[in-house]
Amino acid sequence: MSADTTSSAAIGPVEGAVYDVDNPAPYIEAPRKRTGKTPKATRGNFEMAAWLFMRLSGVVLVVLVLGHLLIQLFLDGGVSKIGFAFVAGRWASPFWQVWDLLMLWLAMLHGANGLRTVINDYAERANTRLWLKGLLYTATVFTILLGTLVIFTFDPNIR
Amino acid sequence: MATPVLDKVEAESAASPYITVTMRIRRFNPEISDASVWEDFQIEIDPKERVLDALHKIKWDVDGTLTFRRSCAHGICGSDAMRINGKNRLACKTLIKDINPEKPITVEAIKGLTVLKDLVVDMEPFFQAYRDVMPFLVTKGNEPTRERLQTAEDRERFDDTTKCILCAACTSSCPVFWNDGQYFGPAAIVNAHRFIFDSRDEAGEQRLEILNDKDGVWRCRTTFNCTDACPRGIEVTKAIQEVKRALITRRF
Ligand code: SF4
Ligand code: FES
Repeated sequence: MSADTTSSAAIGPVEGAVYDVDNPAPYIEAPRKRTGKTPKATRGNFEMAAWLFMRLSGVVLVVLVLGHLLIQLFLDGGVSKIGFAFVAGRWASPFWQVWDLLMLWLAMLHGANGLRTVINDYAERANTRLWLKGLLYTATVFTILLGTLVIFTFDPNIR
Repeated sequence: MATPVLDKVEAESAASPYITVTMRIRRFNPEISDASVWEDFQIEIDPKERVLDALHKIKWDVDGTLTFRRSCAHGICGSDAMRINGKNRLACKTLIKDINPEKPITVEAIKGLTVLKDLVVDMEPFFQAYRDVMPFLVTKGNEPTRERLQTAEDRERFDDTTKCILCAACTSSCPVFWNDGQYFGPAAIVNAHRFIFDSRDEAGEQRLEILNDKDGVWRCRTTFNCTDACPRGIEVTKAIQEVKRALITRRF
């Protein structure tokens, strides 16, 4: 009798209502309770440095990347002029070496940090985060090292 | 005797302001099921009334088990923030006519906090973040015999953030908070801002240091959801950016 009143009449149909007073639904642990296991607040400044870096590198990249696109794609014959000789000619000058090196480092770090925040915001499980970030950092380090190596050891007489 | 009464009733029904609206409410009762379901209620209501009145009508006349928080019913206490038609608002400040009553009006609990029952959520993580920023005046030295004086300009500096009623509409509209709930959230930062920029307070440095945390202001993505959600019209995102600026300019 009493079971009747609790289940259907008052509340209306609920999908899969297999729970009642004797068989209660599982207790849901509050997900954000601050317990002993919650990591201690870090007072480091890494996040601030990262935030500032994003702003500053963004401004510099606007100049570097737009200049790069202009030179590579529009001036002096556009894309058709790009070839081994063109690259070799540019990298003969330290100015363009520094330009490209700076662009490589800033763009890679800027992009990597952006993806890091995306992973932090959207990957929900700790393991997923770990793997995604591992992949990201590996790819970033590999690309930066390879690019730097090429810029510094570029040999125009290679055959 | 009977005729005038009848006339009056007829006249009233002819000019009846009532319309039928469908309230689609997200119900959750952990004693029955671990899943939540949408439930529709058809009610007669004056469109100039508020969503809170509709909820009262349902609770008082249709289904007494509907659970929600409210206290003042006039936008002061901040207990009845809920997601109405997909937007965080106070049920007591939202008129039915303003949210297109021709379509079903959806009402659900605010996101990012554990639902306890129907529209009631566990506010503990929200208030934990609030407590963490020390929302009280901290001073050194002797207590003045009279009030602590402040110029009108100094008061103006943090006027906007004094208006917060801690309804959690902003924090529970923030996608960064939805993710893992460790982010301090806009409301805590707004209340820290209120003291950081108060000329009488002397713990601004400490509060800035707290918000410099990995889960502090730097997680803000300037989405502006909080500013849109705030029922008090506080420029929440601006307050967060002012805290960021203070953090940077105090160092360099
Ligand atoms: S800042 Fe606005 S939305 Fe956020 S808790 Fe305060 S009153 Fe509510
Ligand atoms: S009931 Fe107090 S703010 Fe809505």
